[in-house]
Amino acid sequence: MKPEDTAILIVDDEVSVRESLRKWFQLDGYRVDTAEDAVEALKKLQEQSWDIIFLDIKMPGMDGLELQRRIKQIDKDVVTIMITAFASVDTSIQALKEGAFDYIVKPIDPDDMSHLIRNAIDHRRLLSENLRLRRQIEEISSPDKIIGESQALKQVMQRVSAVAETDSTVMIRGESGTGKELVARAIHSSSNRRYFPIVTINCGAYAEGLLESELFGHEKGAFTGALYQRRGRLEMADKGTVFLDEIGNIGEKMQMDLLRVIETRQFTRLGGDKMINVDFRIICATNKDLEKAVREGSFREDLYYRLNVFSIVLPPLRDRASDIPLIAQHFMLKFAQSMNKNVTEFSPNALEMLTKYEWPGNVRELRNVVERAMVTAKGRRIEADELSFPFSSSSSDFFGDDSLEDVEKKHIRNILDRTNGNVAQAAQILKISRLTLYNKIEKFQLKKKES
Amino acid sequence: MDYVYIVPVGSMKGDFWIDPLAHAIMRTFGLKTRYRLFDIDLSRAYDARRRQYDSAEILRQLIAALPPDGCRVLGVAEVDLFIPILTFVFGEAQLNGAGSVASLHRLHNEFYGLPADKHLMLERLLKEAVHELGHTFGLIHCYEPRCVLKSSTYVEDIDQKSVEFCDACMGKIRANVAACRRQGKAEAVKTNRGNAVKSYDVPPIV
Repeated sequence: MKPEDTAILIVDDEVSVRESLRKWFQLDGYRVDTAEDAVEALKKLQEQSWDIIFLDIKMPGMDGLELQRRIKQIDKDVVTIMITAFASVDTSIQALKEGAFDYIVKPIDPDDMSHLIRNAIDHRRLLSENLRLRRQIEEISSPDKIIGESQALKQVMQRVSAVAETDSTVMIRGESGTGKELVARAIHSSSNRRYFPIVTINCGAYAEGLLESELFGHEKGAFTGALYQRRGRLEMADKGTVFLDEIGNIGEKMQMDLLRVIETRQFTRLGGDKMINVDFRIICATNKDLEKAVREGSFREDLYYRLNVFSIVLPPLRDRASDIPLIAQHFMLKFAQSMNKNVTEFSPNALEMLTKYEWPGNVRELRNVVERAMVTAKGRRIEADELSFPFSSSSSDFFGDDSLEDVEKKHIRNILDRTNGNVAQAAQILKISRLTLYNKIEKFQLKKKES
Repeated sequence: MDYVYIVPVGSMKGDFWIDPLAHAIMRTFGLKTRYRLFDIDLSRAYDARRRQYDSAEILRQLIAALPPDGCRVLGVAEVDLFIPILTFVFGEAQLNGAGSVASLHRLHNEFYGLPADKHLMLERLLKEAVHELGHTFGLIHCYEPRCVLKSSTYVEDIDQKSVEFCDACMGKIRANVAACRRQGKAEAVKTNRGNAVKSYDVPPIV
C-alpha cells in the first residue's frame, strides 16, 4: 500500500494541532484532510471513505467518543485514533473499548507517532485485504451454479426441490460430466442439513481396503501404518449429507458394510469395537446401469433398493442444447476473472459451433473447451477458430490434410463398420447403388472390413 | 531571486557551520546563499509551559522577512523546536514554499549525554538543512534508506542516512529548482510569501 493510497482525516477543534498533524502526514505522502468539528467530519465521511481518522476527544458540540460511535456506524472498518490530553486518559480507555485502534496523548514523541501510523495502516490494510480476498475466494471457488433454462433442466430442478426437504436417499443418474455432484450439493443446500457438512466420497477412486478406512476411519494400530486414530468420512458427515459418487464401482464387501450402516446408522472404526452412531443423509450417483449390474449379480439387490429411493436422471448436454450458450457464457466470465483476462463474448460462429457439437463429455467437456479457448484468446471475443474439440470425430476426419479420396475411403469404412459389413444397408445410407459400392470396396481394398 | 538566505535565529554559539552549509546548498541545489541576520522575535514563539519554541511561528517570521532577491530562507536555531502535536522537531519547512528552519539543539551530542563532536554535529546540520530545503522544493519523505529525505525521528536516524538525495529525488530537485528559476523572481516572491503572510493568523503548513 503506497502512502498516497491511505486517506487520513484529522478532526480537532484546535487549528494548530490539526495543521501540524496534517503537515506531518503530508510530508510522508499520505492523503490528508482536516475537520474542525464533528459536523464537518461527518460531512467529509459522506463525501469519501477514509482509512484512518484522528479524533480529538474533547471538542465543542459532539465529542470524540460520540463521533467515533457515529463513524463506526457508517464504516465499522475505519481505523480511529483518539487524541487526548493527560486529563482524559480515562475517556481514551472508554474509546478503546468502543473500538478505537489506539490513542495519543498530546504531545507525542515523533518516533511513537511513526510507529502508531505504520501499525494503523497495517491494521487497515489487513482488514481490507481480508475482505477483498474473502470476496475473491467466494467468487472464484464458489461451487458452480446449475445453469440453464431448458425444459429438461427445469424438470430436474423440480425434482431436486421436491426431495430436498425430505430425508430420503437420492440416486442421481447421468452421463459423466452432467453435474451429478452439483445436483447433490443443490439438494444438500436446500435441505434442513445445510448448516452441516456435505462429505463427498468418490467410491471409484479408492481400493477396497482404503475405501473402508476412508469411510469408517480407523483406530491406532488397526493396520501397519495406522499410527494415529482417524475419524472416517461418515463421522465427519454427522448431521449432514454423505455424497457417494460412482457408487456402481464398489466391491462386494463394501456393499455389505454400507448396507449395514445405512440400515443401522451405526458402525465401528477399523480395528475398534466402539459403536459410533451417526446421523446422515445419503445421496449417491452413478453413470452405470445399476439394474443390469443387479441382474448380473455384481451389485446387491438389497443395497440397490436402499439407495434407489428417489431417482433423479440428469439429461446429457446435447439434450439441452439451448442451455449451452448460457453455460459457456458462465464459464467464460468465471475464467475471465480467475485468469484476469478481459474476454467478454463469443462470436456468433463460435456459439453456433458450441451448440451444434455433440458434447460426449457433457458440461465438464464444455468447461474444458471454454477454458482452453480462454487461455489462447487474444481479443475480447472468442472466435470459432479458437475453439478446439479433442473428441470431435468431425475434426479428426474432415479437417486434416486428407485428399478427397482418403475422406471417401474413411467414410465408406465407417458406414460399413456401422452396418457390420452389410453392403446393401451401407449402399442405402451412402445413397449409391450396391454395384458402385462394391467397386469402391474393391478400389479402396476394404474387403477385409466387409467380412 | 536565486539566493537561499541563511539566517541565524536567536543567539548562536558559533559560526563555523556557515561556510560548509553554504557550500552544501550550492553543491546540492546549485543555489547561491546569503548569510543575513533577520529581525526575528523569538519570544513570540516561546511556549512557557513546554519551555520550547513553536517552529511554525519562527517560520512565519522568517518568510515575512525574506528580501525580494531570496527564493528560499533557511533559519538555523539553537533553541528546542516543537509543533503542537509532537514533543519536538529537528526542523520544519513549508512544502513547496519559501521557508525552512532547522535547530542544532538536538543535533549536539551533549544533548544525549555524550562527549561533544563538532564534526558530527555539522554533518547532522547539513543533512537536516538539505532535508528541509528539499521539502521547500516540493519533495516529500523518501523511503530510500540513504536518501537525505528519509524521515528521521531520532538523531541516530539522521546518522544513518547520507547528506545526498537518492537519484530519484535528485532528479525531482533539479527539475523543481529549474522550474522555480523559470517562474521568475517577482511571481515567485509573490506566491511564496504572499501565502505565508496572508495566513499569518491561521498557520500555513507548519
